[in-house]
Amino acid sequence: MTAETSKPGVAAAAEALTVRVWRGAESGAFQSFQIRLRANQTVLDVVTEIQREQDATLSYRFACRVGMCGSCAMVVNGRPRWTCRTRAAAVAEADVLTLEPLRNLPIVKDLAVDMEPFFEKWRKAHGYFEPGEDAAKDFALVSPDEPGRREADAGVECINCGVCYSACDVVSWNPDYLGPAALNRAWTLVNDVRDQGQDARLDAVSGDAGCHSCHSHMSCTEFCPKTLGPTFAIAGLKRATIGRALRRKG
Amino acid sequence: MNPVLYLAQRGTAAILGFAVTIHLATMIYATRSGLTAGDIFVRTKDNWWFLSFYALFVLAAAIHAPIGLRSVLREWTSWHGRSLDIAMIGFSTLLVVLGLRAAFAVFLA
Repeated sequence: MTAETSKPGVAAAAEALTVRVWRGAESGAFQSFQIRLRANQTVLDVVTEIQREQDATLSYRFACRVGMCGSCAMVVNGRPRWTCRTRAAAVAEADVLTLEPLRNLPIVKDLAVDMEPFFEKWRKAHGYFEPGEDAAKDFALVSPDEPGRREADAGVECINCGVCYSACDVVSWNPDYLGPAALNRAWTLVNDVRDQGQDARLDAVSGDAGCHSCHSHMSCTEFCPKTLGPTFAIAGLKRATIGRALRRKG
Repeated sequence: MNPVLYLAQRGTAAILGFAVTIHLATMIYATRSGLTAGDIFVRTKDNWWFLSFYALFVLAAAIHAPIGLRSVLREWTSWHGRSLDIAMIGFSTLLVVLGLRAAFAVFLA
């Protein structure tokens, strides 16, 4: 190995790698595969090679392969990651990769989870634009410098990969908790001046499943592959809901 | 947790941070300066500042603790729903009764 290839993330060609892959559903076991790690191979490349070369029954999910679609997230050596943008050499520990499906979601098979509960919570958090009755009457003039626009911009690049949801302790304790992604999406809409559904949205993100249950552990912010800050979005929702509650009392 | 409970818990946490500090500092001063129980009661009897401070302390604790305990029980046990809320109201009432009873006992001693 040269000095150059010993850098993290830059793999020497043809290194041996042991890949432990979760097989089964909620009950199952790890199956080990041996591969020759190629230079700059991503974790998704590793899974694809195993499926194509060694075991065609291995199930996993991917689409774009370039960090846009949010389909390929898995737990890699204990940490949820987007596997298409994660180099295997950078995260292998002692030449071992352990791959598991995302946590906090039902396992369909092997590395594929059912994302339906994740997206159902987006709906419950009113994570969709509400145009109101007279939406098309005029254009909204929104300056890029407006504080609300800046808040929305900070969270709007979420790709729905489920990494934050998998990392969230509160979801693991309270399966009803809406989770960081849905709350982050709700916060971007709270800051959208065109949206007409704010009261219903703020009601939806309050309560025992909502933003006030967040412990601010910041796992979502730590693991988000897009380096968003759902913790800060949730803090914004706490301020917005409390402000509204105080105005109602006043 | 609704916004009002959230705000109540954070607000009482601020009061408790102040009250616990005063309480501990006073305890340390009283025990290290050689005051007897009798000396302390002389200072606390009919002392409205003492009673007001501990009444505020007790009320803040009686609001803060049950809200937090409710969250812990919801997250770590399967106990949810109305029965949990009623139990926490009962716990809060117990804290108020026991706390104010103790404060008044010292105030009137």
